[in-house]
Amino acid sequence: MTEITLVQAVNRALFDAMRADPDVLLLGEDIGVNGGVFRATEGLIKEFGPERVVDTPLSETGIVGAAIGMALYGLKPVAEIQFLDFIYPAFDQIVSELAKFRYRSGGQYPCHVVIRSPYGGGIKGGLYHSQSAEAYFAHTAGLKVVIPSNPADAKGLLTSAIFDPDPVIFLEPKRIYRAVTGEVPDGDHRVPLGSASIVRPGSDVSVFAYGAMIPPVVEAAKAVQAEGLSAEVIDLRSLVPLDEAAILKSVEKTGRAVIVHEAPRFVGFGAEVAALLAEKALYSLKSPVRRVTGYDTPFPYALENLYLPNAERIAHAIRASAREG
Amino acid sequence: MILGRTLDERMLGLQRQGRIGFYGPATGQEAVSLGAWLAIAESDWVFPGLREQLLALARGHSLVTYMHHLFADDLDPARGRQMPCHPTAREVRYVSMSSVIGTQISQAVGLAYGQKLRHDPGVALAFFGDGATSANDFHAGMNFAGALSLPVVFCLTNNQWAISIPVQRQTHVDVLAEKANAYGFSGVRIDGTDVVAVHAALKEALDRARTGGGPSLIEFVVFRMTPHSSSDDPSRYQPADFLVRGRARDPVARLARLLRDRGVLDDEVVRTVAADADARVRSAVKEAEATAPPDARSLTTDVFLPPGSGGG
Repeated sequence: MTEITLVQAVNRALFDAMRADPDVLLLGEDIGVNGGVFRATEGLIKEFGPERVVDTPLSETGIVGAAIGMALYGLKPVAEIQFLDFIYPAFDQIVSELAKFRYRSGGQYPCHVVIRSPYGGGIKGGLYHSQSAEAYFAHTAGLKVVIPSNPADAKGLLTSAIFDPDPVIFLEPKRIYRAVTGEVPDGDHRVPLGSASIVRPGSDVSVFAYGAMIPPVVEAAKAVQAEGLSAEVIDLRSLVPLDEAAILKSVEKTGRAVIVHEAPRFVGFGAEVAALLAEKALYSLKSPVRRVTGYDTPFPYALENLYLPNAERIAHAIRASAREG
Repeated sequence: MILGRTLDERMLGLQRQGRIGFYGPATGQEAVSLGAWLAIAESDWVFPGLREQLLALARGHSLVTYMHHLFADDLDPARGRQMPCHPTAREVRYVSMSSVIGTQISQAVGLAYGQKLRHDPGVALAFFGDGATSANDFHAGMNFAGALSLPVVFCLTNNQWAISIPVQRQTHVDVLAEKANAYGFSGVRIDGTDVVAVHAALKEALDRARTGGGPSLIEFVVFRMTPHSSSDDPSRYQPADFLVRGRARDPVARLARLLRDRGVLDDEVVRTVAADADARVRSAVKEAEATAPPDARSLTTDVFLPPGSGGG
């Protein structure tokens, strides 16, 4: 066990996976000599050389297209898209190709690819360094979508993603890349994809969140605790596959649900969780499902703290959820 | 080539009768597939466009399996999930094709990266049309291949039409092969209706790729002698003399003339080959038509590998 940051945990997972399996290789912009703009790939080129830590031309569709070709050949590429906001040129390769190869080839051509990308706001990144685009990918059958919220999960989930035989979109909450340190198990530490975790048990209201929203959610849970409200905080960790059982179990216990994400509300991932509760836990619900999300606007620069859900807004929703019904 | 021509005639007819859903013929472009088959080695990978099925068959993909694909039945390796003419044939290193234009170009480049990394003597061949030269992945793939000096051959079959758009409207460049200059490697234009020329150009490009010389672009100029697909009506946009000019460059007739001149082909051989192709296609059609549609359970399989099934 070592105390490291989330971005160091990503780095550790990459080191371990590349040492364990010569088929694992990395490609992306500025990931080699420069070690990535967030230093997630720092030191890797030194140990594994430029053939396995590939600095590519500036083309996201080229990066993902090439990663697909590497996987078709039998390698296990981990592609980095420098900011999730820049993934759209590769959207065609991801949605039309990566997600569909196994299905359209009857299993002849699986795509063992991970796409890592820092996502989310709170770093003064403005429109194009702040977006949370997880819903686009979660909507596409054939992709797994995974988002860690702490160093141990970052290593465990990324290791599982790298050794998963199907494409995984691995979104890294850059706002908390260095904000917290945590203990991370050494060696082959894996967290299975599709398992939510109970960050904080509680009995009155269930709060579902992921990624960089976990710290403000925990802060809100602590705040309402002082008022005698017990909030259960569940980190979804993986949007696809989704741990439906964990969500339902919690709401069957509390009868109340708040969903938090920084992406816009309209057709955001929270809508899927709300629909799941409407379909499978309606009779357990004592009050309407509430969502605390970003606004249905592009991501703002100067007013990002107004845009992003914070502990205050989340606590407000928890109280309202507990009060109603 | 005769088999390809027979398939095109028969399958377009079956599509008109409603017995298969779609068909994309390759009539007029057969020399590209055949020349490629003669030039490539077993270790080479093919990333096809819409009209390279003959290459899969020449490499040994079973005609009956291909027919199951055209009929989208339960014995199609891809369980009828794709429109006809999008086969998958890993056993002959023929990659599953999508309908999206140009995406295979970057993918071929990635596979070539793998070959280079593993010191594999193989080369990746990306096939695409003149329309694809306007697509994002043409630029991305060509640029990657040049920058990383990869063993890939870009096979641009210029059939002069992207559905209804003539190549002159696709680009302001007269010779598409010249686009290779922008990426720092060789581009040549050749007559794609001449099997011998196709073979020679590919042989040179493949040798270059195998010996560390990097990528090449070859533009094969051909005539699309049929509609774009069974859903297209070229009388809406194609000048009447296009087919007349095309017929003068029919790749099958050209090869037949060459072989007759060399004394290795006569009427008897032509009759035998045609009768054999006809019989094989008829028998495959019969077999596929007698096969059930895909099992309903296949709707939800192959999205992901089920947990616990082991490797990928």
